[in-house]
Amino acid sequence: MQQLGYLKETPSQTAGPYVHIGLTPNFCDITGVYDSDLGAEMVNDKTLGERITVTGRIFDGAGALVRDAVVEIWQADSAGLYNSPSEMRGAADPNFTGWGRCPTRAEDGVYSFETVKPGSVPFKDGRKQAPHITFWIVARGINIGLHTRMYFPEEAEANANDPLLLRIEHRERVATMIASRDGATCHFDIHLQGPKETVFLDI
Amino acid sequence: MSERPNSKPETGAFFGRDRAWHAPAFTPGYKTSVLRAPQRALLSLDGTISETTGPVFGHSMIGELDNDLILNYARPGESAIGERIIVHGRVLDERAKPVAGALVEFWQANAGGRYRHKKETYLAAIDPNFGGCGRAITDEEGRYHFRTVRPGAYPWPNGVNDWRPAHIHFSIFGHGFAQRLITQMYFEGDPMIWKCPIVGTIPDKAAIEQLIAPLDWGNTIPMDSRAYKFDIVLRGRRSTMFENRLEGN
Repeated sequence: MQQLGYLKETPSQTAGPYVHIGLTPNFCDITGVYDSDLGAEMVNDKTLGERITVTGRIFDGAGALVRDAVVEIWQADSAGLYNSPSEMRGAADPNFTGWGRCPTRAEDGVYSFETVKPGSVPFKDGRKQAPHITFWIVARGINIGLHTRMYFPEEAEANANDPLLLRIEHRERVATMIASRDGATCHFDIHLQGPKETVFLDI
Repeated sequence: MSERPNSKPETGAFFGRDRAWHAPAFTPGYKTSVLRAPQRALLSLDGTISETTGPVFGHSMIGELDNDLILNYARPGESAIGERIIVHGRVLDERAKPVAGALVEFWQANAGGRYRHKKETYLAAIDPNFGGCGRAITDEEGRYHFRTVRPGAYPWPNGVNDWRPAHIHFSIFGHGFAQRLITQMYFEGDPMIWKCPIVGTIPDKAAIEQLIAPLDWGNTIPMDSRAYKFDIVLRGRRSTMFENRLEGN
């Protein structure tokens, strides 16, 4: 029989407690190497769309704050286009990166992103996905980065028809992927384990 | 962020991740994982455009010393103390195709095993000329390289007498957000590798071997630096043979 000849993916390892040295050195007072931490700015004065702040905390299985995580987000622009070479549907807003990176603060465990509300993007079969932001979380004690999504509470109808949310068997868990909203601020807490555990994805 | 020259973007979904090859979330030998491991099953999702796309970074963001940890934090005329090494390799995907334009970030302790981080209290000394971070973007053949000092082993409060092997942390962006990966590189012949509870989270010995960089004598620079070669494999992606073709089309 012929061999398929594929390689195996490099196995993941935890990012560890000192992940900030590599990913956000200025945040941990290693200054002068990079001008600024990568992913700190997603928008500028010309970015199109509704400005929002996305913020929250991460909790472990005992309800304690995870104060040493790094959160990355990836999202479409306000028109629903990704700022990526693999985006074939059109050119995304050049004043929006679509990607952000933020550590949870040691004092209060809070992460925060200044961004815009994403437009809707299609599912593989052409159905609309509700507006969402993809999250990736790494930290000490997490062996492989955790993916999830944040949805918007004011999009009740779109959320009710979202192809991913529809696949959640235990319907009460859908709420773990929907932020709460206070004006321009979206609060999205993530629970790694336990009764309020966030739905995590194998994507 | 910019287009990669001379390459047509690929848009297919990624090969499913082999989660029996990776460490599971719950690995009690590594104590912190106990309360940070989800207990519910992951919800599987074949790649939508939200996962098959991802940020790509331009070569212009890389500073001249970003891949030289011996000099990028050092005072003028000084340099980091330790065994001088070059680490180089390629970023490939599971189809063995080079991943061009991939951002590779790395961080590590100094030669004595001390990290420059306010939470770190190990009694080994800080090196005033060593910061511990660097980054590079792969070329058209997927190659990256950097220069550093070999990090020391260091103790950590897990078991009573647990020590990490010498290691360098790596963070890699491919072309899609689903390829996002953080891992650790170890050094050929280090007896600490096989005692480490974090290494031991990975169930398959062959997978652990994939994290061990061999000494690369051919690329060692005489009277200057030894070399280690560390190749990284990201998820492959399907060709788009029959993707997104609706019934009846």
